[in-house]
Amino acid sequence: MGTAIKKGKLHVVTLTVNGEEHAVLVKANTTLLDLLREEFDYTGTKKGCELGDCGACTVLMDDRPVNSCLVLAVEADGHSFTTIEGVEQGGKLDRLQEEFINQAAVQCGYCSPGMILSGKALLMRNPHPTEREVREAIGGNLCRCTGYVRIVKAILAAAEANS
Amino acid sequence: MSEATTKEFSVIGKSVPKIDARDKVTGRAKYTGDLKVTGMLIGKILRSPHAHARILSIDTSKAEQLPGVEAVITAKDVPATFYGISPARYDETILAIEKVLQVGDKVAAVAAVDEETAVKALGLIDVEYEVLPAVLDPLRAMDEDQPQIHPQYERNISVEIHQDFGDVEMAFQQSHLVRTDRFQGNRATHVPMEPHAAISKWENGKLTIWSSTQSPHYFQYHIARVFGLKMGDVRVIKPTVGGGFGGKLEPSAAEYVSAALAMKTGRPVKIVFDRKEVFFHNRGRHAQHIELTTGVTKEGKILGVHGKYIIDGGSYTSLGIASAYYAGAMLPLIYEFDHFKFDCFRVHTNLPSCAAQRGHGAPQPRFAFESQLDMIAKELGMDPIEIRKVNARRPNTMTLNDLKVNSCEFMACLEKAREISGWVGKKGKLPPGQGIGIGCGGFITGAGYPIYRTRLPHAAAIVKVSEQGDIATLYIGAVDIGQGSDTILAQMAAEAIGINYEDMRIVSADTETTPHDFGAYASRQTLMSGHAVKQAGEEVRRQIIELAAELLEASVADLDIDRRVIFVKGSPEKMLPFETVANEFFIRKGPLMGKGSYTPPKLGGKFKGAAVGTSPAYSFAAQISQVEVDEETGQVMVTNVWDVHDCGTVINPNLLHAQVEGALFMGMGEAMYEQVVFDDKGRPLNANLGEYRVPTALDVPQVISELVDSYEPAGPWGVKEVGEGATLPTMGSYANAIYDAIGVRLYDLPLTPEKVWRAIHERKKPS
Ligand code: FES
Ligand code: FES
Repeated sequence: MGTAIKKGKLHVVTLTVNGEEHAVLVKANTTLLDLLREEFDYTGTKKGCELGDCGACTVLMDDRPVNSCLVLAVEADGHSFTTIEGVEQGGKLDRLQEEFINQAAVQCGYCSPGMILSGKALLMRNPHPTEREVREAIGGNLCRCTGYVRIVKAILAAAEANS
Repeated sequence: MSEATTKEFSVIGKSVPKIDARDKVTGRAKYTGDLKVTGMLIGKILRSPHAHARILSIDTSKAEQLPGVEAVITAKDVPATFYGISPARYDETILAIEKVLQVGDKVAAVAAVDEETAVKALGLIDVEYEVLPAVLDPLRAMDEDQPQIHPQYERNISVEIHQDFGDVEMAFQQSHLVRTDRFQGNRATHVPMEPHAAISKWENGKLTIWSSTQSPHYFQYHIARVFGLKMGDVRVIKPTVGGGFGGKLEPSAAEYVSAALAMKTGRPVKIVFDRKEVFFHNRGRHAQHIELTTGVTKEGKILGVHGKYIIDGGSYTSLGIASAYYAGAMLPLIYEFDHFKFDCFRVHTNLPSCAAQRGHGAPQPRFAFESQLDMIAKELGMDPIEIRKVNARRPNTMTLNDLKVNSCEFMACLEKAREISGWVGKKGKLPPGQGIGIGCGGFITGAGYPIYRTRLPHAAAIVKVSEQGDIATLYIGAVDIGQGSDTILAQMAAEAIGINYEDMRIVSADTETTPHDFGAYASRQTLMSGHAVKQAGEEVRRQIIELAAELLEASVADLDIDRRVIFVKGSPEKMLPFETVANEFFIRKGPLMGKGSYTPPKLGGKFKGAAVGTSPAYSFAAQISQVEVDEETGQVMVTNVWDVHDCGTVINPNLLHAQVEGALFMGMGEAMYEQVVFDDKGRPLNANLGEYRVPTALDVPQVISELVDSYEPAGPWGVKEVGEGATLPTMGSYANAIYDAIGVRLYDLPLTPEKVWRAIHERKKPS
């Protein structure tokens, strides 16, 4: 981490996003969130606070959820990322995405990308979580619309489908 | 018998998936901040560090010279037109003209090639202020020694309301028990997860604004007025919106300033608020200081109520006059009584402006009322549900303030809530530290009158069937901000036409391509926009049936359509597919379209402020909460909430319960955690999502949302409100449950562990 090569005021960063490798020049103060949104147009990664408080900007960094507003682009060097755009595979929704739709866990949808990625990271490391574990996994993702009721249900339903 | 019980529906009443859900779970849905317009600049606003100050000078020269800066503007570069919601109280301008009235007030703005340059440029603007004493305490705002904030509002009184119905003094004299209690509400705020955002483009004398808005129509109206443009030269487009809750009902600086910068530079300008700016703009809940006096008979029948309020309006008026009236108007809704006095002062302070938030003005008074009703029940030795039943509103009644109630299943809500919560086995019987409490509410289904005076219908719709007859598109001004109006209106259109939900497409909330609608507020769209959609769909149906009758050589009266099949009733083998007839229609007569519009009937009484609270229909709800209180720490854990809602016919059960859950959740945050706090200079101390505590997934209880059978004659297919009503009961039900658990009464929101702990220690003190 932080091994990005410096070129004048810019740094060369090599990273993989949704399976695609990129080499880009970034400023030292560019966040991963801005890199994803502005440079790669992965606008599914949302900006809610830019302080690490809301989780709207959650992406997976080597399969672990991170707040991309708190990761500098230079720190992304050498790592692999999944954004919400990379969850659907070959036009087929991930089970978790399907359950978000089925359970009506989506209202305004602003938190949904981050919620789905936090949920996905949980199910990857723990395919059969308890309700408490689900709530803990999304504890850093704020949703203002749903009261979390259906989000928790959706993640549990996707886990159920794992078995 | 009601329509609801006689006909099976094909499309409505089903939990179809949200029309935009796939885009939202894949990241494809575009919110305003996600859009990029060619040549776009980034705008940023310089905001006041002072709560109240005179602007002596502004030097923008250094900022202008910074490479990459395309424009720097101050008040002298933009229209000086005052804006607001009601003409008598237009008191805000695009940029502050002479004085700033709150920390975060709008002073100057820049447009630059990127955000970093724009932020740097803000730092190069020199503003000289003469700091003035500020009004920070609403309870002192009217005092003689306080500075006056606006020249036109003496003693900082924004509005003064005195309503008097019946004879409250006589009612108190006849009462067996009269209680007076004081309650204090909190400054809660909406916190939509998507901050306010707008992109303005100025081209050939036309202003196009993509905006995170709850009402393209009101935005178009106000923006056209402020910039002196024809409404037809202002187009407001709503992309996907990340929540509103009342906070995006009027244009903010995001729209006004980006428009001014676009006009100045000739290039599109995007402004996205950062989280702090959302707190500065605010327009959230008024903190209400309420003194409530209620008189009852021995049997618990309410005879009279007197509410005296001082409410903190903050810097500008915004929608606050309506909020103040709502604070009184909704009190007589759910319980029947005849004598009511309402005295209210909305005062200005040098704090962010307050306006409409879910439940508009009504939740804090409801908290006070529901709390006091429990105290009265206790004194009378009555069960809290019993006293509510004694007073519960009945259907087809008129409130003392002339609100006409049609359907009302409040009594059934109370019964069902008692049953599903296990009340009888729990009330007074739970182990120490645990308790159960009830709170109730009721709300409008759309306001009877629009926010500004106009004779326009409240909603309108166009349905157009494709040439091949395979799909139909609904064009509607109604605004989906996440609650799901696009979905349920598409369901309604499909039902009315006789086709499937999957055949529906929707174009919504764009002032140029969709017909007028007032937008997403006051829980109005299912009923009001729904009426327009039903009419438009039925017009298509009628035309299709007429042509099919000709083709089938049958009479119109004998034909029906269901899920794309047009058939002769009784002999279903005589049928035609919808697409065949629709295609033939286009060949013979051109576009197959239907249109509809809705205007509510004339509602309300004659007194001052009578319009506020009027609505074609009202919802009712009872909520029961169960809590566990840790007496050592004052920590309250709400374990369960049962909500029973009377909301008329259900169009989409999943989305409906999701609304209840979300509304209740918002009430819960306000009840337990949320409060914007300020230092002694009027600077917000917690204008971020770390310290302004929105409940997380770990904080929320198990929620059971249930309904009672109900049919509202004023609504299409019998529908009425659901989006806001469930916010109202929560605060009272929590306070009552805490009392049941530990025997201490809390009067101030939010019900924090500190207050609980202090109240426990007060109680333990030897007296
Ligand atoms: S935007 Fe990153 S946590 Fe809120
Ligand atoms: S669905 Fe709106 S914030 Fe979660």
